[in-house]
Amino acid sequence: MTTEQTTGQTTGQTTGETTGQQPPRVGFFTDTSVCIGCKACEVACKEWNLVPEDGLTLTGMSYDNTEALGASTWRHVAFIEQTKPLGGQQAHQPHADLDVLALAARGSATPVDEAAMTPTTPGPPTADGRTELRWLMASDVCKHCTEAACLDVCPTGALFRTEFGSVVVQQDVCNGCGYCVPACPFGVIEQREGDGRAFKCTLCYDRLGAGQEPACAKACPTDSIQFGPLDALRERAERRVAQLHAAGVPDARLYGAEPDDGVGGAGAFFLLLDEPEVYGLPPDPRVTTRDLPTMWRHAALAAVTLLGGIAAAHRVFGRKR
Amino acid sequence: MSEARVTRDGLEGVRPGREALFGNGLDGGRRRGRERPVVPQAEFTSYYGRPVLKVPSWEARDIAGYMFLGGLAGAGSALAAAAQFTGRPATARALKLSSLGAISLSTAALVHDLGRPARFLNMLRVAKPTSPMSVGSWLLAGYGPAAGLAAASAATGLLPRLGTAATLAAAGLGPAVATYTGVLLADTAVPSWHEAHRELPHLFAASAATAGAGMALLAGPRRENGPARAVAALAAGGEALALRSLLTSAGHAAEPYRTGRPGRLLTTAKRLAFLGTAGATLLAGRSRTAAALSGATLLAASAATRFAVFHAGIASARDPKYTVLPQRLRLQAEAEAEAEATGAA
Ligand code: SF4
Ligand code: SF4
Repeated sequence: MTTEQTTGQTTGQTTGETTGQQPPRVGFFTDTSVCIGCKACEVACKEWNLVPEDGLTLTGMSYDNTEALGASTWRHVAFIEQTKPLGGQQAHQPHADLDVLALAARGSATPVDEAAMTPTTPGPPTADGRTELRWLMASDVCKHCTEAACLDVCPTGALFRTEFGSVVVQQDVCNGCGYCVPACPFGVIEQREGDGRAFKCTLCYDRLGAGQEPACAKACPTDSIQFGPLDALRERAERRVAQLHAAGVPDARLYGAEPDDGVGGAGAFFLLLDEPEVYGLPPDPRVTTRDLPTMWRHAALAAVTLLGGIAAAHRVFGRKR
Repeated sequence: MSEARVTRDGLEGVRPGREALFGNGLDGGRRRGRERPVVPQAEFTSYYGRPVLKVPSWEARDIAGYMFLGGLAGAGSALAAAAQFTGRPATARALKLSSLGAISLSTAALVHDLGRPARFLNMLRVAKPTSPMSVGSWLLAGYGPAAGLAAASAATGLLPRLGTAATLAAAGLGPAVATYTGVLLADTAVPSWHEAHRELPHLFAASAATAGAGMALLAGPRRENGPARAVAALAAGGEALALRSLLTSAGHAAEPYRTGRPGRLLTTAKRLAFLGTAGATLLAGRSRTAAALSGATLLAASAATRFAVFHAGIASARDPKYTVLPQRLRLQAEAEAEAEATGAA
């Protein structure tokens, strides 16, 4: 099913938003509270964008064997196992046909003997003998920053901003200088080994041009990844946070949704259930080009000092002949 | 799978999935109205200890080497011009030749480090002041030929007027070639580089002066080396000052400069600089051998500084602590300031 959906051949052009004038800025709202960790987004992205294999390893990091975003990983589903209660969730809900306490004590709904691995290792029990555990899953992606460091520092102009407001590498221009790699405050873009050039999420530039939503959003079965005009997504995200707060999930918060944050607001923002760093995201990212005027001033001052020092030294020792 | 569409009037075709509540039962707001807990964090969290940033794939030999050679060339050109105009022709000639050699090698290192070396000319496809690498490429494009002409004219004695003009141009651009690399490193998210963005250009200028003076001592005749000895002393002082201010202002990001390989390199650099400067000021005026030895020591000191800075940055990018902790503390400080402001109002 996924294959059919993501190759996109069956649907063709459905929306005409892109004809005529400048389309609105679009992006992703990734609502991690409904993510089920199926990795359909990772697969759909790889399939659609023909992203090569990036290593088959077992990491021991819960169900995350993808590890991180990179040159050949443009969507990455993070898995976090925590001994924290999930919002207002209670372990003592009546389940007529289930002994949930026994399950919790065992750490898994699958009998240990039957499961080769029990990922839900229970934490220390609470005072009343219960163990509390929650699983956080989040699909990470390039943030398509409003003030994108990668784009600012690219010396060849390979990185550019599209008419949709996304940030894309022109692969025929990139010379693999690798400057964008340490510039990105989120650690997204990377040079592909053996190729040398830098690669990252394109927000499915080709699909947007054809009026289609990106492959990951299309494939997401729970609508954890939502695609649309950014301002509409922001409104929707606000409502979702309010809904979760009202339902007793005080930890729900938006990440990257503020236009006045360190990167001018992200084009791909998130609803998280814990601090950003728990998911491997920087808590307060800043685009470093904001400090560039200061840096150039210091560089100019330093250059002048260097010249001045050399001139002064020669002045002191005077002419030789 | 998501057939829903975002429209300005709201959503169409929504399915309940995205409104789904989760967990095996919700208590209907037992915690309703509770504020998100703002717990001051003493330690930091990370995702399985993985780095938040991507570590640059740059080779230390290529990029730290590039910065060292660029500094040597740039400061050397300024020294060469000063030597030429104060009647020190042998030193001037030697420095022009060394600058040409250094800038050629450094450009080669830069091209070698590209993922697609054949496309290096794409560097001059655009001119972007927001990209220190673009600015640097244009600087090199101007400086390289000037340094080449100056050296060629000095070596052959041909076209003396053009040679002088080129010498002046190289002397003007050289210091910029030497200091822009500080901005190149600082304009990244790498904590130990960015947190040092005010000091790195000064540190690099001083380190370049150390290298240039070292080359003048190594390659110039003894009777001409007075100014080079003074420059070596000035540079050592400047480097110590810049480094001190860097280590105090960089906060947590200063740690990599003190520990591990970069820490050892920096200690080596300091010792070499001390030895070289002492030799240059005390002995180099009297003995040609002492001058050459001090010069070589100063060159090594400058190289060690660049490698130390390079490796400190790499170490800080590898450890999520240096990314997360300072940002967390910054957020905390901002929240406290805000709380104070609202409390006072
Ligand atoms: S997240 Fe990184 S790669 Fe993506 S746009 Fe922002 S700076 Fe560029
Ligand atoms: S690696 Fe390519 S995309 Fe990245 S900064 Fe260099 S030229 Fe630009």
